[in-house]
Amino acid sequence: MTILVDKNSKIIIQGFTGKMGSFHADEMIKYGSNVVGGVTPGKGGSKHLDLPVFNTVKDAVNETGADASILFVPPAFAADSAMEAADAGIKICVAIVDGIPSHDMIRIKRYMRRYTKSSKMTLVGPNCAGIISPGKSMLGIMPGHIYKEGRIGIISRSGTLGYEAAQQLKNLNIGVSTSVGIGGDPINGSSFRDIIEKFETDDETDAILMIGEIGGPQEVAAGEFAKENMKKPVIAYIAGLTAPKGRVMGHAGAIVSAYGESAIEKVEILKECGITISKNPSVMGDTVKSVIEKM
Amino acid sequence: MDIHEYQAKKILSNFGVTIPRGGIVYSPENAENKAREIGGSRWVVKAQIHSGARGKAGGIIVCNNPLEVAQATDKLLGKKLVTNQTGPEGKIVNRIYIEEATDIEKELYLGLVFDRSSESIMVVASTEGGMSVEEISKEKPETIIRSKIEVAVGMQNFQARELAFGLGIEPDLIRRASDTIIGCYKAFSELDATMVEVNPLVISKQKQILALDCKMSFDNNAMFRRSQVSELRDKTQEDSKEIFASDRGLNYVSLDGNIGNIINGAGLAMASMDMIKLAGGAPANFLDVGGGATPEKIVKAFKLVTMDEKVKVILVNIFAGINRCDWVAEGIVDALKKIEIKVPLVIRLAGTNVEKGNQILKESKINYIEANTLEDAANKAVAALTK
Repeated sequence: MTILVDKNSKIIIQGFTGKMGSFHADEMIKYGSNVVGGVTPGKGGSKHLDLPVFNTVKDAVNETGADASILFVPPAFAADSAMEAADAGIKICVAIVDGIPSHDMIRIKRYMRRYTKSSKMTLVGPNCAGIISPGKSMLGIMPGHIYKEGRIGIISRSGTLGYEAAQQLKNLNIGVSTSVGIGGDPINGSSFRDIIEKFETDDETDAILMIGEIGGPQEVAAGEFAKENMKKPVIAYIAGLTAPKGRVMGHAGAIVSAYGESAIEKVEILKECGITISKNPSVMGDTVKSVIEKM
Repeated sequence: MDIHEYQAKKILSNFGVTIPRGGIVYSPENAENKAREIGGSRWVVKAQIHSGARGKAGGIIVCNNPLEVAQATDKLLGKKLVTNQTGPEGKIVNRIYIEEATDIEKELYLGLVFDRSSESIMVVASTEGGMSVEEISKEKPETIIRSKIEVAVGMQNFQARELAFGLGIEPDLIRRASDTIIGCYKAFSELDATMVEVNPLVISKQKQILALDCKMSFDNNAMFRRSQVSELRDKTQEDSKEIFASDRGLNYVSLDGNIGNIINGAGLAMASMDMIKLAGGAPANFLDVGGGATPEKIVKAFKLVTMDEKVKVILVNIFAGINRCDWVAEGIVDALKKIEIKVPLVIRLAGTNVEKGNQILKESKINYIEANTLEDAANKAVAALTK
């Protein structure tokens, strides 16, 4: 099975009956994702999109056996919803929402420390496009049809830049095992390192494309992990060559504030870790192709 | 979001940090009175702008009588101060903070930031106050001490004490010093700050521990629950185009080049800027209209980019997902009916229904240059500059 989600993943939507939740639930269902219901506190017992609505995540899990969830709740309530999912036994939760305060993200991560490794939920996001395993399941907001089924794992902080990569690969007739958007916030649920580690042991993935950007330590941490522990090739592109120091470039986490956080510095460090660098964003697909042809 | 020094001082003093006596003025007349009101025999007149390194730029003046205070205030008010952090255009001085001068015995550094590696709050201190933290880490890295704070339980007294002893503070003042450090921590964690910096934190000859200069920044994402902080925003310190953008839900950063960008998604926007640079050009801005790229946002984006006189070419790069290219193309055509573009326009659409989108653009008879890939778009934008 692919990492994080597959055909058997039973998905619930948190913030189901809202505009965003309804729209994307419908898109996921059309793609073939196994959406089993949703949660909107106070609307439990009703039906929405022909699926049951529950008051709490626990109710939804008990009734449907759901193991995956996706959050479409406003930023002010997102931390609470993510912790509710963790406590109800959800295994994978994607937070799409942009605008969660950093202090709240830290709170979620501290809260999740109470669970043992085997019972701990994987949180992906926030401020991300979600997860897709083409042909199997989509737990996100991406356009499913640009992803071809295949054996490249993609991890990207940016949504649209991840789409760009998937499209370039598809144009070269290369497919994707799973694409994970980890989001553009300074503190996120899963890091590059967390996801490449999963790809390394995934028998449906041959190589990994990592799409990073300026700011934060995560690309470098993933590079160092890859150097020590990985056999599968990693290809990387880092956006933000022209970004000025000390300015936030759209994503709250895209700000250069320390050594090793600029695009040039990250590229240098990743090269030293043996990672193949895509020299510009127009050749991400070509760079992956040249690497897998040598395998 | 950044605030002024005097605002940060007021906040920190509410959390038990001692600050020198002082007051804010907006005119030279008030300055003289304010100096008398504060009392003492020496004053420091400090220009309030959102930037550090004001001293080197002439923004801080020491005065020996109230008349000098008035003259210094007159000299600074309305002036544009250029520091190594403001860029060449500088920042305007509209407020002056007058403070009693402090007899300094020792200058220390104290800073609090989010540490993204450990996902905790990091307190950084050094005996080399007065220098920037970058300078300290370059020139005197051995003086830097750090303490990682577990946010679930907050900062403990022993952690603050360890820092205070680490700074070589004499035993009689340890209690005051650790209260000061904990006060800064509480302000950071209770107000959704992203940075608190007291530099210098001084020990005066009278054995007081005083915050002589302070900076605070806050998490924009948390302003919905921090109305007292968000009221402190001073728009005169921000770029007018960036204010226009943030008021309309666009992510915009003004840059030095001449190719204006309209792009959906922060990562794709940075990537497009990179391609422009590799093609030999320079971006005039970073502009993310959001993943969805709605027609309303596109109209606003065109307005914003055409406000910038530096812009000689406009590059639109939209990767349409669930928002299809045909819908985006209609948005662009609609925007160009409302806004006149006098410079060459390069458009690259990609993703869902791209053929249909390009067809709509062609049939609309708008004057533009079509591009297919990221690279093609950047090359054509740079080529259009020289035509």
